[in-house]
Amino acid sequence: MSYAPHDFGGPISPDEVDLSVDLCGVALPNPVMTASGCAAAGRELDQFFDVAELGAIVTKSIMLNPRSGRATPRMAETPSGMLNSIGLQGPGIDAFLARDLPWLVQRGARAVVSIAGDKPADYVELARRVGQAPGVAAIEVNISCPNVENRGLVFACDAESSYRVIEECRPHIPDDIPVFAKLTPDVTDIATIAGAVADAGADGVTVINTLLGLTMDPDTLRPRLGGVTGGLSGPAVRPVAVRAVWQIRKALPDLPILGVGGIRTGFDALEFVLAGADAVQVGTVIFNDPGAPMRVVRELRDELAVRGIRSLDTVRNAAHG
Amino acid sequence: MSATQSAGTVVSRTPVGDYHHLVIAAEGIAEHARPGHFVALAIGGVDSGMLLRRAFSIYRTSTTGRHGETVEIVFAAHGKGTRWMADLAPGDPIDVVGPVGRPFALPKEPVSCVLVGGGYGSAPMFSLATALRDRGCPAHLVLGAATTPRLFGLSDANKVGSSVHVTTEDGSTGTRGRVTDVLGDLVDTTDAAVVYACGPMGMLRAVADVAEDNGAWSQCAVEESMACGIGVCMTCVLPVEGEDGIVRMVRSCVDGPVFRGDRVRWDAVGTIPPGTLGGPR
Repeated sequence: MSYAPHDFGGPISPDEVDLSVDLCGVALPNPVMTASGCAAAGRELDQFFDVAELGAIVTKSIMLNPRSGRATPRMAETPSGMLNSIGLQGPGIDAFLARDLPWLVQRGARAVVSIAGDKPADYVELARRVGQAPGVAAIEVNISCPNVENRGLVFACDAESSYRVIEECRPHIPDDIPVFAKLTPDVTDIATIAGAVADAGADGVTVINTLLGLTMDPDTLRPRLGGVTGGLSGPAVRPVAVRAVWQIRKALPDLPILGVGGIRTGFDALEFVLAGADAVQVGTVIFNDPGAPMRVVRELRDELAVRGIRSLDTVRNAAHG
Repeated sequence: MSATQSAGTVVSRTPVGDYHHLVIAAEGIAEHARPGHFVALAIGGVDSGMLLRRAFSIYRTSTTGRHGETVEIVFAAHGKGTRWMADLAPGDPIDVVGPVGRPFALPKEPVSCVLVGGGYGSAPMFSLATALRDRGCPAHLVLGAATTPRLFGLSDANKVGSSVHVTTEDGSTGTRGRVTDVLGDLVDTTDAAVVYACGPMGMLRAVADVAEDNGAWSQCAVEESMACGIGVCMTCVLPVEGEDGIVRMVRSCVDGPVFRGDRVRWDAVGTIPPGTLGGPR
């Protein structure tokens, strides 16, 4: 089966391309964000690009209490990707609200705060506290971190658990702060989970979190990671992520989607938009190229210009047509 | 302190014993580099399937050579990434982030110091020795390795060291044994106030112990594998006790790589020791 290629006309100047996005009422200058867990809380990346120029900074998932994370080794390089078992190391919500969030807001960045908990009550408390903090552009609810002791705690593996977390925390977040649920692709039908969180009051979804993986050490003949299993990310997972966006878009034509998984170039970002993403996130590739998020913005602009595409609205979902 | 990402170019790559000495022309790094800083190199070019940066202590820098600003490192080709580096040729592009990390802390008083380098861990010790002697601190060097081809920088050592001591485990050069076999006496006889060390974790732990037993401070540059080198990935953590007595998992890339040896929980590296802030309860 073959499709006729899309034709949007001849090349235009990159200056004529409008990359701005209205994400559930939040105005973004461009659709590129950092992915949670790959940018800390933005400060370290500010030496490589102006964090206020990027669409948004998504923080590392913040939890109620300080957390040490898992034992090392926490990372293993795999073909075009990596496995990690960081285990949500972080300072806890008090230190985050006192130190990290004010810096991002004062810096002029759009701050998307990712929250994670061990039980629904944790999410409720985090939602309440982050929802009241000044300057939060959006909240991403991480219900899919694979690096927890008990797979039963990966809420996003189950539609009912996903629904419960979002339903319980949504009322504690002001209506003008959009809430995105971050989903795992390690499920039978990701569109069902997306439908459940949308029914529970999520404004949109972020897809995908890492895939659960395992790799062995050639010297010890045992798992290479201290946490045994880890989350697979990087360009290796990109087709899985684009597929997940595509499936959710097909099932839920109006649900805002943040596409994430292995984006390295401007065209990679465009792939997600064609599949139906409203905005995208750059993650693991930051470790390879700390300037990648703004490079992807520039390259995306060029990819659109060379094809004569003036705005993202023109091409969003275009691959479905 | 701020790091720069620089599109570098290989000036030269020279085999030295079992190692390679790599000179990279890269702007914005040399003038800010201090002894103990490192650089994080991208491996395999822009489309590489190897995504994680490799971190190397800076051997030396120059801002005045005919290649402009240069930064130099020493590496062993022991993995996929470093084997790619071992094929680098003059003119090849290589992306450099640096200088990164906290450098060695220098004494305010003109006290005697001992500098220990294990294998190519000696690389940062020569610029450190120069910096120390510039402020009136005698800098006694100890280089150790399993065997002679794995010693690095003996001629540098002879140029900059107040004294030079070499150990090899096979006895092929210097004293047969390990750096710690000569360290205690040296700290004693030189009345050293500080021991600086860079090398494998096992050596650092032993050096920190010897320093403490002999009444000296130690400053250890650790070698933890990193993914980003800039403080965002939380991969390169190790347990370190703060001044408040609380153990935290801290990032060796930006909170280190240089730590006070008596602060690192060497016995617990690779674990989350009981009592760590935010540890499992």
